[in-house]
Amino acid sequence: MTDLPLLTATSLSYAYGRRMACQDVDLEIWPGEVVAIVGESGSGKSTLLGCLSGRLRPDRGHVAYRDRDGAVLDVWAEPEARRRLLMRTDWGMVHQNPRDGLRLRVSAGGNVGERLMAVGARHYGDIRQAAQAWLERVEIDPARVDDLPLAFSGGMQQRLQIARVLVSNPRLVFMDEPTGGLDVSVQARLLDLIRGLSRDLGLSALVVTHDLAVARLLAHRIVVMRGGGIVEHGLTDRVLDDPHHPYTQLLVSSVLPA
Amino acid sequence: MTSMLRLVDVSKSFVLHNQGGIVLRVLDRLSLEVRAQECVALVGPSGIGKSTILRIAHGNYAPDSGRVIVAADGRATDIAAAPPRRILALRRDTLGHVSQFLRVIPRVPSIEVVAEAARDAGATPAEARARAEAMLARVGIPERLWPLSPTTFSGGEQQRINIARVFVVPYPVLLLDEPTASLDAENRRIVVGLVREARLRGAAILGIFHDPEAREAVATSEIDCTAVLRAA
Ligand SMILES: Nc1ncnc2c1ncn2[C@@H]1O[C@H](COP(=O)(O)OP(=O)(O)OP(=O)(O)O)[C@@H](O)[C@H]1O
Ligand SMILES: Nc1ncnc2c1ncn2[C@@H]1O[C@H](COP(=O)(O)OP(=O)(O)OP(=O)(O)O)[C@@H](O)[C@H]1O
Ligand SMILES: [Mg+2]
Ligand SMILES: [Mg+2]
Repeated sequence: MTDLPLLTATSLSYAYGRRMACQDVDLEIWPGEVVAIVGESGSGKSTLLGCLSGRLRPDRGHVAYRDRDGAVLDVWAEPEARRRLLMRTDWGMVHQNPRDGLRLRVSAGGNVGERLMAVGARHYGDIRQAAQAWLERVEIDPARVDDLPLAFSGGMQQRLQIARVLVSNPRLVFMDEPTGGLDVSVQARLLDLIRGLSRDLGLSALVVTHDLAVARLLAHRIVVMRGGGIVEHGLTDRVLDDPHHPYTQLLVSSVLPA
Repeated sequence: MTSMLRLVDVSKSFVLHNQGGIVLRVLDRLSLEVRAQECVALVGPSGIGKSTILRIAHGNYAPDSGRVIVAADGRATDIAAAPPRRILALRRDTLGHVSQFLRVIPRVPSIEVVAEAARDAGATPAEARARAEAMLARVGIPERLWPLSPTTFSGGEQQRINIARVFVVPYPVLLLDEPTASLDAENRRIVVGLVREARLRGAAILGIFHDPEAREAVATSEIDCTAVLRAA
């Protein structure tokens, strides 16, 4: 692990009209680090993810990203084209609703292959093979490579979305409830997959989840949000086992032991 | 011998915000030191704060004040003030912690749970696997269980997986919270052997051993928590 963050957000704020959804948020993510964002519905988790991942332009604040050459970019000061390139290559986004992250008129294989082509892959056979290998890694029968996403169940669409994002070796992924709606066994496979990529390839991930057991197994660090702000953050097991903020204590005590 | 783990004036209380703001004062300016080749046993009644001390040393609980100094590679880190990624780095190669819980990702085979700890500490995949196999054999987990996830194992088997994944790495500092709990006599003997070996190779050990026989066999000194912790 280097001692420089990959992504640094400073005083991010975002409002939908007059409703403040995200207020004065500071956050850093280091290479190889998995950070979980937890908090009640409407606390601003998806909004924060949007501001960090180039999808929602914050009203105030900065997002700095350290690229592969070590240069630091002010994400929201870069031209739109540069930001889009980052989103296609260095970053990946797994949406809360899988349909927002898939191209519904393109086959499963096409959905996965598209990201590979965005990073320069051209050989059809190779792309198809890589797509099938990734379908298998997320436990979708590779024989279904030509099916359209709408022919898949919600959980399968979710996994397809994850395969689509991870296939191109991004450096940083943003995941909004990636394991919501998945059965425990498939969920476990995905946790193992993401942990492995972070450990072996230095993948960094920012994962929104309502499931504290998932957060405990997956994340190095936890950020607790409430009312658009961060109320507590720290080492995952410290936040879960020795929560300090009243809201974190409530959150931790209202679920079965994680 | 070198000081490996030092708590200096550590205080810890819990504020239960959702239970009328009750404050539990558990540690009040506690200081202790564990040197290489020492095994210090914490003794005292249930609820006095023994596990709390180990958890603070592991970075799992944050003290209100005081310092928690861990020596690693000639560098001292104050766990109480270190950023999460420094604590995680220390946990990979310096601080081993046996707790009562086995928390693993379901479906990951036992052999990999143990090998992963060795890999995190710097072993090559092949080395890690070989060491994991040797350690699982040592704690008496039959080979047919190695490819299985420990989530469905018995309490004693899970505890031995927990022990294997800590003792597979030669950590310089070991924190052992009742490592022999839920084990039969034969397995207690094996664990006592592992703890003694670790100490003799130079580990500094802070532990809680309920079983007096096990404690006698491994501890070089005892701290009576009733005397040093002024419970409120
Ligand atoms: N497009 C929008 N227009 C107006 N208000 C919005 C919009 N999207 C979100 N909000 C509001 O902003 C606040 C934060 O929403 P956000 O989606 O970030 O919450 P969240 O933490 O992701 O919640 P959940 O866990 O339910 O997904 C909420 O009060 C929400 O109602
Ligand atoms: N996370 C926590 N939140 C609130 N109180 C806690 C927490 N952890 C421990 N305590 C309290 O701190 C005190 C000391 O607990 P600790 O677990 O350290 O005791 P112990 O000496 O290890 O006991 P035992 O021998 O039963 O394991 C107890 O009153 C306990 O309820
Ligand atoms: Mg959301
Ligand atoms: Mg205890």
